[in-house]
Amino acid sequence: MSNWIEVGKLEDIPRLGSRVVDMERREIAIFRTELDDIFAVANSCPHKKGPLAEGIVHGKKVTCPLHNWTIDLESGEAVAPDKGCARRYETKVESGMVWINSAEA
Amino acid sequence: MKEKLVLVGNGMAGVRTLEELLKINPDAYDITVFGAEPYGNYNRIMLSPMLTGETNLDEIMLNTREWYADNNITLHTGKKVVKIDRKNRIVYADDGTETVYDRLLLATGSKPFILPVPGHDLEGVIGFRDVNDVEMMLDAAKKYKHAVVIGGGLLGLEAANGLQKNGMKVRVVHLSETLMDRQLDSESGKMLQRELEARGVEFLMGASTKELVGRKRVKAITFQDGREISADLVVMAVGIKPDIELAESAGIYCNRGIVVNDTMQSYDPKIYAVGECVQHRNQTYGLVAPLFEMAKVCANHLAKLGYGRYEGSVTSTKLKVTGIDLFSAGDFNGDDDCERIVYRDPSQNIYKKVVLKDNRIQGAVLYGNTMDGPWYFQLMREGTDVSAFRDSLMFGQGHLGDSGHDNNSVMNMSDDAEVCGCNGVTKGDIVKAITTEGLFTLDEVKAHTKASASCGGCSGLVEQILASTVGSDFSHPEVKPLCGCTDHSHDQVREAIRSEVYTSVDEVYKKLDWRNENGCPTCRPAVNYYLISTWPEQAHDDSQSRFVNERVHANIQKDRTYTVVPRMWGGVTTPDELRAIADAADKYEVPMVKLTGGQRIDLVGLQKEQLPNIWKDLNAAGMVSGHAYGKALRTVKTCIGSQYCRFGTQDSVEMGIALEKLSWASWTPHKFKMAVSGCPRNCAEATIKDFGVVAVDSGYELHIGGNGGIKVRVTDLLARVETDGEVLEYAGAFMQLYREEARYLERTAPWIERVGLNYVKERIVEDTENRIELNERFLLSQKIAQKDPWAELTKDEHRLEFVPMKRFDDQPNAQTSEDKVAVNA
Ligand code: SRM
Ligand SMILES: Cc1cc2nc3c(=O)[nH]c(=O)nc-3n(C[C@H](O)[C@H](O)[C@H](O)COP(=O)(O)OP(=O)(O)OC[C@H]3O[C@@H](n4cnc5c(N)ncnc54)[C@H](O)[C@@H]3O)c2cc1C
Ligand code: SF4
Ligand code: FES
Repeated sequence: MSNWIEVGKLEDIPRLGSRVVDMERREIAIFRTELDDIFAVANSCPHKKGPLAEGIVHGKKVTCPLHNWTIDLESGEAVAPDKGCARRYETKVESGMVWINSAEA
Repeated sequence: MKEKLVLVGNGMAGVRTLEELLKINPDAYDITVFGAEPYGNYNRIMLSPMLTGETNLDEIMLNTREWYADNNITLHTGKKVVKIDRKNRIVYADDGTETVYDRLLLATGSKPFILPVPGHDLEGVIGFRDVNDVEMMLDAAKKYKHAVVIGGGLLGLEAANGLQKNGMKVRVVHLSETLMDRQLDSESGKMLQRELEARGVEFLMGASTKELVGRKRVKAITFQDGREISADLVVMAVGIKPDIELAESAGIYCNRGIVVNDTMQSYDPKIYAVGECVQHRNQTYGLVAPLFEMAKVCANHLAKLGYGRYEGSVTSTKLKVTGIDLFSAGDFNGDDDCERIVYRDPSQNIYKKVVLKDNRIQGAVLYGNTMDGPWYFQLMREGTDVSAFRDSLMFGQGHLGDSGHDNNSVMNMSDDAEVCGCNGVTKGDIVKAITTEGLFTLDEVKAHTKASASCGGCSGLVEQILASTVGSDFSHPEVKPLCGCTDHSHDQVREAIRSEVYTSVDEVYKKLDWRNENGCPTCRPAVNYYLISTWPEQAHDDSQSRFVNERVHANIQKDRTYTVVPRMWGGVTTPDELRAIADAADKYEVPMVKLTGGQRIDLVGLQKEQLPNIWKDLNAAGMVSGHAYGKALRTVKTCIGSQYCRFGTQDSVEMGIALEKLSWASWTPHKFKMAVSGCPRNCAEATIKDFGVVAVDSGYELHIGGNGGIKVRVTDLLARVETDGEVLEYAGAFMQLYREEARYLERTAPWIERVGLNYVKERIVEDTENRIELNERFLLSQKIAQKDPWAELTKDEHRLEFVPMKRFDDQPNAQTSEDKVAVNA
């Protein structure tokens, strides 16, 4: 199942930063790396549901602001030795606009 | 004719026995030594730092050839003894050399255990035991890329760290789920794994090796579960086994090791054995401390003094990877009858666990801060009942019997406390050597006492003893890296920023060869702080390098709401301010309004989107951010003072307001709190603040370095001054010194303990010119810093930070999601 939706301009997401898409029943965090890769994962840390969008982004990872778990944005998996997974969504950028597939990847 | 003593095995235990023997009776024997390796005696423990390049073969030699010559010892290197004729008392070496003995000492050590899997004899498969192994590893690192270390124990991790430092891509394969599972519990094992991962080492946990694949040289490893990884070098570090080949061939009774009694004699009383090759009371050992104890007893018997028995050893462990502090001893998990006391500080990466049974320590694991390891170890070995100081046990020995004034733990160590576990050197031995021999460096102490000469794990403690014995002018060695992304320390990074005029985080990472291009959550905020505090006018303050609280200027809470704390200058407010706060609380439906411990009001439970709006309202009523979230000036607490109080000597309220106006909005290495009390009754609790002022009849007492948090520390008196102007100047100068010199996340209390009160006094009290300059630099940086961040963030250009990128109605077919529940909670 795919369900692509346009969420906004690439330039509206800060480099090494994040923005949130509010889906009413859930939040999706969109991350932009230094090299403009875009990733989308549930804005909910697998540890205790911390807001990943508020974490520090480094490489292709984000570190949760609440208790420092690090999540690999490519897979949504917590970096070992922590274990857990944040839901991941497909993304694409077309003419400067960011799209996500709101069906889970 | 002197009797003949022959030593087989020119290693750490054997030669230590000879040293002990020469000390008590240099003329007892004609001594001959056989060693299979082609060198004098070296410190095997130091092979790990030799692999990383921190030291070299010359530096780790314990006894050079001259030493043997000077002591009339005949040394045969590169000769392996292959036969013992016990009847005629002759040993034979592999080149045919024969030597007659009256007494024979076996110290053949142990061999690395090589897993008997197919392919274990391929080229490129080695153990980690001697200089030759290190040379093979260094050589492989030049030619090949993929290294695999089998075994995540002490030795394996040191090998992995060393190979990684040499540029190889290293994976560690470990059978169980926790690293160093014989020394660490799963929590500290995880912390270690995380730290090594940050340095680039990869781990395959729960992996059981099936086969080593390759034709001539190893190429890959396969595992029982079907995984396969490439490998050009395989280091087996799964364990060691006592080398009993020679002894067994001579018919000496062996089990796992050569079986010896309490005087280190084998079943043949003319033949002694010491070191890793022995089995004593059913134990074998793999660390040097017990071997050195054996050496003492054995030497005593060889000298025919006949007293002294070896009764077995309790051991403790440290890992020799620069920058990782870890200590483990005894039973660190405990059984059902044990109690466990645990202390955790995740942001500082500190974990401590002590296991107690009937109030006696059974074991301990320390990670991140191992200063109290030797103390716990001593309590454990002596079976001390700790009930009298159980409450403060986790805060360490420095915390006993004082209110935190002086928590230099070495000062409180008793003279008979063991500092160097490897060599059994006590604090008293070290202090005596320092004072009688006039020692100033760690190396000198090492040479005179052997403390820290073996594994080096206690060098931190020895340095502290040096510092407390001779003052602070002793020489420091190696530095701790800022984080896993770099080998540079905090101080080195800051110095580079200063001397090379770096002004952005990126530039620092590029110029200083950071391993991860965007760094990590530990170094990003630190580097950003060093930039803005060093170059306030030039540096770019990178908001993406700041922790969320400092990026959005509010405190995040566990349910992802925020708290808002407006500044109340000197703890004074007005009906208008209170009305504005009350109106805002109503308007935004603030779930809780609370008085903080810092004399102001906390509006708790706001949504992120509400922040700019409530700030606008508070700004309109004349209030600004209280920085309750920042590594920054927090509050200036005051008491009522001479305006009203019948005892007040000065106007503490006005002084508090003046200090807060001076210093608000400044960024500091850690949070910074002040207080002003109007008289020595000290109702504002100024003596547990970073900068505290206590008014007296003749003026003010200025106090520094207090802390009321995790570990209470009472301030030190910096100076007494007379005028209000002086108070402000000293405060500015002190904050600036702290801002320029303390390490990121080091609060004033630990900073002052590190650099010493005298140093701060020299820079601020005794050197007037320097004080004025520091204060001027502070004022300059304040010109730039003193903008209300709330007013700034409510501007339109920052709007995006606080609102969702987009809002959608959820897909009609979406299932109920737990995430949303969390948001609404
Ligand atoms: C709000 C407040 C509790 C209260 O309602 O009274 C508070 C709340 C927090 N304190 Fe505190 N501390 C508060 C006064 C104190 C005090 C008392 C004081 O300042 O007089 C202390 C002991 C004094 C001291 O610091 O020396 C105190 C010692 C700590 C510590 C331990 C610091 C230390 O160096 O030992 C931490 C942890 C840290 O900073 O790493 C901490 C950390 C925190 C954090 C930031 C924990 C966190 O990371 O979430 C809490 C934030 C809650 C929030 O978002 O509001 N808080 N905290 C107080 C705010 C005062 C203010 O007006 O700004
Ligand atoms: C890389 C590494 C790091 C270590 N780190 C630590 C640490 O941090 N802390 C700690 O306490 N311990 C550590 N150890 C362990 C410590 O080095 C050993 O416990 C200690 O060296 C054992 O001393 P030994 O004399 O019994 O054996 P060895 O030092 O191994 O000496 C035995 C010698 O005998 C020789 N030999 C054997 N058979 C014969 C023969 N038939 N003829 C002639 N010579 C023979 C061998 O070649 C060897 O040179 C470490 C070991 C290694 C390998
Ligand atoms: S003492 Fe401070 S850190 Fe602990 S719960 Fe209370 S507010 Fe939070
Ligand atoms: S909620 Fe993310 S680390 Fe705890």
